[in-house]
Amino acid sequence: MSPGRTGTAHLVFMAFGGLLLLFIIAPLAGIFINLAPGDLLRTAREDEVSASIWLTLAASMGATVVFAVLAIPFAWILARREFRFKQLVNGIVDLPIVIPHSAAGIALIGVLSPDSPVGAAAERIGIRFAGGVAGIMAAMAFVSVPFLVNAARDGFAAVPVQLEKAALNLGASPLRVFLTISVPAARRSILSGLVLMWARGMSEFGAVIVIAYHPMITPVLLYERFGAFGLRYARPVTALFIAICLLFFFALRVLAGRRRDAQG
Amino acid sequence: MLRVEGLGKRLGDFEMEGVTFEVAEGEYFVLLGASGTGKTVLLETLTGMMAADSGKIFLGGREITRERIQRRGLGLVFQNQALFPHMTVGKNVAYGLYGRGLGRDRIRERVRELAEEMEIGALLGRMPGTLSGGEAQRVALARALATGPSCLLLDEPLSSLDTGARSRMRALLRKLNRKRMTVIHVTHDYEEAISLGTRMGIMEGGRVVQVDSPERIFMYPRSEFVARFTGIRNFFRGRIRREGAAGGAGTSGAAGEVVEAIFESGPMVFHVTTDLASGPGTAVIRSEDVTISALPPQSSARNVFEGTIIDICRSRPGTEIVIDAGRELAALVTPDSVERLGLAVGARVYASMKATAIQVLEE
Repeated sequence: MSPGRTGTAHLVFMAFGGLLLLFIIAPLAGIFINLAPGDLLRTAREDEVSASIWLTLAASMGATVVFAVLAIPFAWILARREFRFKQLVNGIVDLPIVIPHSAAGIALIGVLSPDSPVGAAAERIGIRFAGGVAGIMAAMAFVSVPFLVNAARDGFAAVPVQLEKAALNLGASPLRVFLTISVPAARRSILSGLVLMWARGMSEFGAVIVIAYHPMITPVLLYERFGAFGLRYARPVTALFIAICLLFFFALRVLAGRRRDAQG
Repeated sequence: MLRVEGLGKRLGDFEMEGVTFEVAEGEYFVLLGASGTGKTVLLETLTGMMAADSGKIFLGGREITRERIQRRGLGLVFQNQALFPHMTVGKNVAYGLYGRGLGRDRIRERVRELAEEMEIGALLGRMPGTLSGGEAQRVALARALATGPSCLLLDEPLSSLDTGARSRMRALLRKLNRKRMTVIHVTHDYEEAISLGTRMGIMEGGRVVQVDSPERIFMYPRSEFVARFTGIRNFFRGRIRREGAAGGAGTSGAAGEVVEAIFESGPMVFHVTTDLASGPGTAVIRSEDVTISALPPQSSARNVFEGTIIDICRSRPGTEIVIDAGRELAALVTPDSVERLGLAVGARVYASMKATAIQVLEE
C-alpha cells in the first residue's frame, strides 16, 4: 500500500472512530445539556433518589466483593490448570453474558424464591432474595461476574509461572504463593475486572426487576419515573446517576493507576 | 550429598530417561548440554516443580523423590531470575525467611548479611525492574541462599549477563563454593563449565551420557556428540604469567587489555594472548588449530612442541593424532596428511600452534 493510500485509509478509520465516539457521547451529553439549572441539586435532595443511588452503589459493591472471593481463586485455576471439560467450564462462565437478562432474572427467581429449597433455607437464616437486597446482589452478580472471572483469568495467565515456582521453592505454601505472588502480579487485570464487574452490576436492570422491584435500585427508579411521568422527570435522576457512576469509575481508575506507579 | 538414580520424565514428545549421577558435598557440578536436552526439566524435577515419572532422588541419604517442593532443601536460581516484580529487592531476599518462626529483627539481620555477601547492600530498596542483569542475578542468588539450602541449583546463571557482570558473578559463585556450598550449575556454554566446574556431566537427548572431571571429558569424550558439542580436545590447567619476564616473554599491561603472556602447565609453556591478569587459568586449544609436521616448522607459530605420536584415530571430521609432548596434545589432520607425512604411532613429530589459537579462560 502506498503512503498516500495508507494516509487515506487511516483518515477513513479515524472518521469511523469519530462517528462511534459521537454515538456514545451525544446521548450522554444530551442528558446534561437539557437539564434546567438546579435540577441536579434538587434531585439529589430527594430521599427516594439518594436512597436508590446508595442502594445501587452498595449492592453492586457488595456483590463484587462477595463474588470476588469465589471468582478470583477460580480464575487462577482456569489460568493454571488443565482439566477435562475446561472449555465447557469457560463457556459456562460466559453464559450470563449471552442470555437475555430478564431471562436470567426469571431463572434466578426460580432458584432463590422462598418456595425453592435454597430460598427457603436462606429465609430461615434471615436472608431474603425475592424482593430483598440479597436478591438484588445475586442478580447483579449473575450478570456481571463473567467480567471479573475473564479479566482475572487473563491476568493470571500473563503472570510468568516461574514466579510462583520460585516462591514455592522458597518454602511458601500454595495459599501464600497465591496471595503474595499471583494476585499482586495479576493485580492490574484483577482491578480492571473488579471495576468492570461493579460498573456492570450497577447498570443491571433486567435481572434485578424480576427478582426485586423493591427496594428500588436506580435503573428501576429511572424506568418507573420515565414510565409514569415521562422523559422530563426521568432526566435529572439519569444525569445524577451517570455523573456519580463516572465519578466512581474515574476515581477507581486513578487509584489503580497510582498503585501501579507506586509498585513500579 | 545428592544422588540421582534413573530419573525419568516424559513431557509431550520430549523424554528424559535414566538420568543417574551423584554430586558430593562441596562439589561444583556442571551439567553441560545443548538447548532442549532436558537440563531445565532435570532441575525442575530435582526441586519438585515437576513430579518424576520414574527414578529416585536422594539428598544427604534421605529420599526426596516424593517430598514436597517446600521441604526439599534445594535452592533454585532461574535463568531469568524470576524476581517478584512487585516487591523491593529487600523483600525478595526476605521472602523465604517468613513463616519460619524468625523474628523481624532476625530476618532483617539475615537479609543484611546476605546483601553484604552478594554485594547488593545498596539495592535493597530498589524494585527489580530497575536492576541490571548482573544485579538481578545476585539478588536471585541471595534470595535462594536465604533459606539455607543444602544444595544450590543454577539454571544458566550467566547466560543473560554481559562480560563484566559474568566475570563478577563467576567470582561470586566460586566464593560460595569455597565456603563448601554444593552447586549444580546447568549451562550450554563450555567456557562456563571449564571455568567453574570441579566435575561435569554431559546431557544429550534427555540423558546424562558422561560424568567426569572437565579435563577427562574434554580429553576423552565418550561419544561423538560430546566431542562435537565441546569441540575442545586440548585442555590444560595452569597459570597465566602476564608481567614482563626475562627474555621478553610476557608483556606487562593492565588487566582487561589484551597482551601477550605466558601460560605454564606443568612441563609445557605456551605463548598466549589474553586480557586476563596473572593467576590460575585454563588453556583450551581446538585440535584443528594444532599443526603437525615431521621437521621443526618455519612459520609464525609461537608454540612448537616436539613429541611422540601415541595414538591415531579416524573420526568424521578427519584423523586425530595424539602426541605426548610432556602432556597429551591432540591435532586434527586430513587422512592425506597422515600418508604424506608418514605419521604412525611412535614417530617423533612437531606440533605447533599460534598464540592467538590458544584460548585462556579464567579460573
